[in-house]
Amino acid sequence: MEAIAVHKLVKTYGAKKETVKALNEISFSTQQGEMFGVIGPDGAGKTSLFRILTTMLLPDGGTATVDGFDVVKDMQQIRNRVGYMPGKFSLYQDLTVEENLEFFASIFNTSIAENYDLVKDIYVQIELFKNRRAGKLSGGMKQKLALCCALIHKPSVLFLDEPTTGVDVVSRKEFWEMLKGLKKQGISILVSTPYMDEAAMCDRVALMQSGRIMTIDTPQHVIEQFGKRLWAVRSGEMYRLLLDLKAYENTLSCHSFGEYHHLVLRNDTGSEAAVLHYLASKGHRQVEIKTASPNIEDCFMQLMNDNA
Amino acid sequence: MMYSCNWHGALNERQTDMKQFIVFVRKEFRHIFRDRKSLLIIIMMPIVQIILFGFALTNEIKNSNIAVLDNAKDEASQALIQRLDASRYFKVTQYLPTQADIERAFKSGTIRLAIVFPQGFRESLMHTNHTQVQLIADASDPNTATTVTNYASSILSDYQQEVNGNSSLPYTIKPQMRMLYNPQLKGAYNFVPGVMAMILILICAMMTSVAIVREREINTMEVLLVSPLKPLLFILSKAIPYIFLSLVNVSTILLVSVTLLEVPIQGSLLLLMGVSLLFIITSVSLGLMISNLTKTQQEAQMFSLMALMLPTLLLGGFMFPIESMPVPLQVISNIVPSKWYYHIVKDVMIKGLGFSAVWKESLVLVGMSLFLLGISFKKFKTRLA
Amino acid sequence: MKEIVIKADKLTKKFGDFIATNQISFEVTQGEIFGFLGANGAGKTTAMRMLCGLSMPSSGSATIAGFDVYKQTEHIKQNIGYMSQKFSLYEDLTVKENIRFYAGIYGLSKPVIREKMNALLDKLQLRAEENSLVKSLPLGWKQKLAFSVAILHEPKIVFLDEPTGGVDPVTRREFWNLIYEAAEKGITVFVTTHYMDEAEYCNRISIMVDGKIEALDTPHNLKTNFNAASMDDVFLQLARGAKRTAD
Repeated sequence: MEAIAVHKLVKTYGAKKETVKALNEISFSTQQGEMFGVIGPDGAGKTSLFRILTTMLLPDGGTATVDGFDVVKDMQQIRNRVGYMPGKFSLYQDLTVEENLEFFASIFNTSIAENYDLVKDIYVQIELFKNRRAGKLSGGMKQKLALCCALIHKPSVLFLDEPTTGVDVVSRKEFWEMLKGLKKQGISILVSTPYMDEAAMCDRVALMQSGRIMTIDTPQHVIEQFGKRLWAVRSGEMYRLLLDLKAYENTLSCHSFGEYHHLVLRNDTGSEAAVLHYLASKGHRQVEIKTASPNIEDCFMQLMNDNA
Repeated sequence: MMYSCNWHGALNERQTDMKQFIVFVRKEFRHIFRDRKSLLIIIMMPIVQIILFGFALTNEIKNSNIAVLDNAKDEASQALIQRLDASRYFKVTQYLPTQADIERAFKSGTIRLAIVFPQGFRESLMHTNHTQVQLIADASDPNTATTVTNYASSILSDYQQEVNGNSSLPYTIKPQMRMLYNPQLKGAYNFVPGVMAMILILICAMMTSVAIVREREINTMEVLLVSPLKPLLFILSKAIPYIFLSLVNVSTILLVSVTLLEVPIQGSLLLLMGVSLLFIITSVSLGLMISNLTKTQQEAQMFSLMALMLPTLLLGGFMFPIESMPVPLQVISNIVPSKWYYHIVKDVMIKGLGFSAVWKESLVLVGMSLFLLGISFKKFKTRLA
Repeated sequence: MKEIVIKADKLTKKFGDFIATNQISFEVTQGEIFGFLGANGAGKTTAMRMLCGLSMPSSGSATIAGFDVYKQTEHIKQNIGYMSQKFSLYEDLTVKENIRFYAGIYGLSKPVIREKMNALLDKLQLRAEENSLVKSLPLGWKQKLAFSVAILHEPKIVFLDEPTGGVDPVTRREFWNLIYEAAEKGITVFVTTHYMDEAEYCNRISIMVDGKIEALDTPHNLKTNFNAASMDDVFLQLARGAKRTAD
């Protein structure tokens, strides 16, 4: 059975003339036990999607089911079986780690002991601080505690809205490791993130922009669909290099990317020499050019360009 | 319709509800007890207010300047004037020649009270056993005015009793009070019921609304909504701690006013606590309403202050007498719960009346509570928008 | 040799027993883009506050644009710009009002403000939105506007505290182009970020762990020295050893 099925979902905000379509007829479905990522920047519509699926908001069009239950008609059934970690979720800062977890267990009619197995791997990392107030934890630890709280009632589908936003790289890595562990226990996960590099951790991803899904696929396939040769170029003067490459007549797109600029050309035959020649004429020295494999961010930008 | 799925089997629905409720209330108490500063304010505020009001009053009436217009200039009037001057409450600073000077003396702000003895004061006191002394007070400060006139009349009646002595003839001085600027003056200790109404509105309504809105601000509300927790349980759990704190406040207010200010509770204590609980429930329902209307804690606080505190102060009846307000305001004052509560407490606590005297007002509060709770519960958002 | 505009020497901040920033020393030259990295709670914010003259160091010394962080904080504030993701613009004021306000508090004259405002509105293509409230703008536009406003008074140094959270990759790069442009004009850029690819846009980066600077070099050298494929790896190697658990 599908864990989540979304069909032509629409959500609009604002009244009369100035309406914003936060979700514009989006459709997708996820399988049981699948980790599905919704990747997109602020304003893509991720949070609206999550709120509709967790019955927090009513859609303005289309249908959606979670575990076979309708998000409009079966509000209570869905609320009884899902776990939800909203964006900017901040726990009760004045309660201790243990008190927070205990509280969320109780309102879901369970106890820490009952489902300890499920959260054990995560909880042991913070158990040492169980008497510390949540407000005194670091960002990474708060996030672990929040995940425990969302998991403690053994949900069948887990919704995580931007769980890694504003958290440092180390904590983000650890967090994704934990999600992988949960996947093994058969929990379906829908997770959103603005960090493109995190797409690789999901089974499948939907790349979202301005209320639309640009593509849905496995991260591997998304990258394979890039379909063009990608060049990585660097020189001694990176900013001037970027401006010159953008001005180059054969350039389709050029973006800075780490210590290189990623370049896609319109006509890619015999291009390496031509690019080097052009850059030399602009006075660039120490130029290095090589082919590179695209990543999700390259694909995202390409899709944005195609959809514009 | 609420429907709670029970998949753990061990507990029936009522038991799980009870457990959730206890856990939730415990959490609310933790929030309150860990915010030491706010807790201290909640506990101390009523005590400080009562004491401030009390001492502000007693301090002011010591050695109040008074003016005398003695139309009699006889033994009796002279004796009384001396007696007034000798008391620790008054100092006779002006002897006024004419009636017109009274107004002038008040306008200059130098006196709190003017006493007018009629012509032939002693004569009428001795022979007709009946005379009138006019006490004129500046009632722009009504509490002081009442206290001052009360002290003056008690001095007058003391004197009257002495003159009577063992004599069988009952001479009576009948002080005739005329309140300038505020003719329908209230009793001296009216501020005690007033402070009670104010504190309860503030604690119950504002704190309850802030506590609910805070859950929304830190996004825990979303998680609570996406849980089997019933809205009714949520609302009750939020209200219970503040109902409890308010009862503590009522007790401290009564304790302080009885012991320190010597304001006795004339009526039944049980009845007093009962109507206070009723008013607390009304206030909590107001708080619930506010939480439905506001998005941030700050908004909830502002709203509580503007929509509850101000009407309580202005239209509750203890700062400004409602009877002397324009008719539209008098009508509006009827929807201010504090007005009714103030009435009840004054009747029970100061006048010592029983339930039969206050059942109508109580019924109004019951009606208000039911109405507000009904709306709040119906409007309680089980979704975000 | 370029002018040194930030010089920190054994700069330390203690809160009771807790050493938030532990003897950090580094120099940043004019026009440099300096990335200031570290895990949550490593002490970045504390260090940045001291450098901006908002917080008094416990020991050590530092000069910003030649001014001492102990005694000349008012001069420092005239010479720096500051932007953070959390607060920068007034959401309930219009674009123009925000620009005028910030230009005003730095004491720019009316004709200068008008000239700068026009240039800025054209450059960011905000003409059509000049009278819109800032809260109605997309996040990416807000960030670009906030940065431009922070350097409106042509400071010597601009401090950016996680400036680019949450925007799409294209907008993020447009933002970085503004940073490059400012650096070209000689403004030193001091930036903290959670995006490791952004760290590589910097000329040099420092990585803080538990209050100390554990690494400071060009991105290329760091990767070579740590034998790492990406900055992510460098960061992970350093930050995994962190002891601190709280902010």
